[in-house]
Amino acid sequence: MMKIGVLALQGAFREHCWMLEGCGVTAVEIRRSEELDKVNGLIIPGGESTAIGKLMVQWGLMDTIKSKVKQGMAVFGTCAGMILLAENIIESDQPRLGLMDIVVVRNAFGRQRESFERDITVSELGAESLKAIFIRAPYIERAGRNVEIMARVEEKIVFARQNNILVTAFHPELTIDKRVHKYFIEMSRKA
Amino acid sequence: MQQGTFRVKTGLAEMLKGGVIMDVTTPEQAKIAEEAGACAVMALERVPADIRAAGGVARMADPTIVLKIMEAVTIPVMAKGRIGHFVEAQIIESLGVDYIDESEVLTPADDKYHIDKHQFTVPFVCGAKNLGEALRRIGEGAAMIRTKGEPGTGNVVEAVKHIRMVMSEIRQLQNLPNEEVSAFAKNIAAPLELVMEVKKLGRLPVVNFAAGGIATPADAALMMQLGCDGIFVGSGVFKSGDPVKRAKAIVTATTYYNDPKILAEISCNLGEAMVGIEISAIADHERMQDRGW
Repeated sequence: MMKIGVLALQGAFREHCWMLEGCGVTAVEIRRSEELDKVNGLIIPGGESTAIGKLMVQWGLMDTIKSKVKQGMAVFGTCAGMILLAENIIESDQPRLGLMDIVVVRNAFGRQRESFERDITVSELGAESLKAIFIRAPYIERAGRNVEIMARVEEKIVFARQNNILVTAFHPELTIDKRVHKYFIEMSRKA
Repeated sequence: MQQGTFRVKTGLAEMLKGGVIMDVTTPEQAKIAEEAGACAVMALERVPADIRAAGGVARMADPTIVLKIMEAVTIPVMAKGRIGHFVEAQIIESLGVDYIDESEVLTPADDKYHIDKHQFTVPFVCGAKNLGEALRRIGEGAAMIRTKGEPGTGNVVEAVKHIRMVMSEIRQLQNLPNEEVSAFAKNIAAPLELVMEVKKLGRLPVVNFAAGGIATPADAALMMQLGCDGIFVGSGVFKSGDPVKRAKAIVTATTYYNDPKILAEISCNLGEAMVGIEISAIADHERMQDRGW
């Protein structure tokens, strides 16, 4: 059976695991580099990007993930995961994977009291709208030419793909809608 | 677009899971916490150990301190208000703080009622010693729960007692036939609807952190192995000999809580832990965990 890893250093990794199991694939919690050898794709969950980034450096996961993704492994970052995948982070020198040609702004919609949920439409996922939950969320300010923009909120890019890299500013794992995860599982299958 | 929904409130707590929230009293301490990998900080005027030592009435922090800490870091900032003091909570909310702790560490402002937390856009975390207390707080709108432990003691025994109590009550509930659930709810004085939800889920419907007495990486890992979702460290970091090193070690222990080899490695040469207090040495009326109803 297909195995997808979920980086389990800090954050909402449990919800991603439940979502994957609900889609009929095996979820594997990843805390050490060698555990990445067993999986077909990797999810970097929401959490605090600074906390996750520091632990990634400390335990050598930064380099392993970088080389795996460069070799074609599919990776999906939600919220903090999106920040960690970005090449540029406005006003921050925090550790990152820097694999995607995007410029992100952290806490771009505001603090917790400005956090929100709203319906968005993503043409790749069908006509039915998607409930998107934004928590102290980032957005993509600019994206390179090879980045496919999949959804925007108030003109801001919140869902994008660059080849084997998928990112959302929102949290599909906090809903019961499995479409984003199914889309990523398909990406991992083809990778 | 909807703001302040319960899903958005519990959502932030979900993001904090597997992380450490540290008490800080200055922007410098907040930066040390962030640098060590804390997933949030609690902005305070005094840490619980000092509140305990000072005695008298403990109130919410001066907003200046909270605002300075918010400016210093990019991670979420929490602040404490007194139990039942909904105006302190309104003031804290207006500052733009990310989470309010309706906390027994401060002197309660109401001897009967907690805050109606549904009225706020900002989410609340509350302490609990058992399942009934946790579900009463969730019923009032709390989006995150933590054990009460005994704050400012550096003694983990009460936090262990509280998480064991919650977990054992959940296991007991799961084994009950449906016709016995409403009597169970009545006995623990909790809303039936929430009791039914816990029975179905096999856990609390919100995130449950450990708090109150965590002083070492081993304490943090113990609470994680007992089933907590993350760790609050109050006085344990900045009342110790080497806060930077200890903060980092507690962060690592909270992620690798199941790996004794790593725990051994990070427990080496941490310097002095905070001085602990034996619980029986604390007079009944000075026990913070008995505040709240």
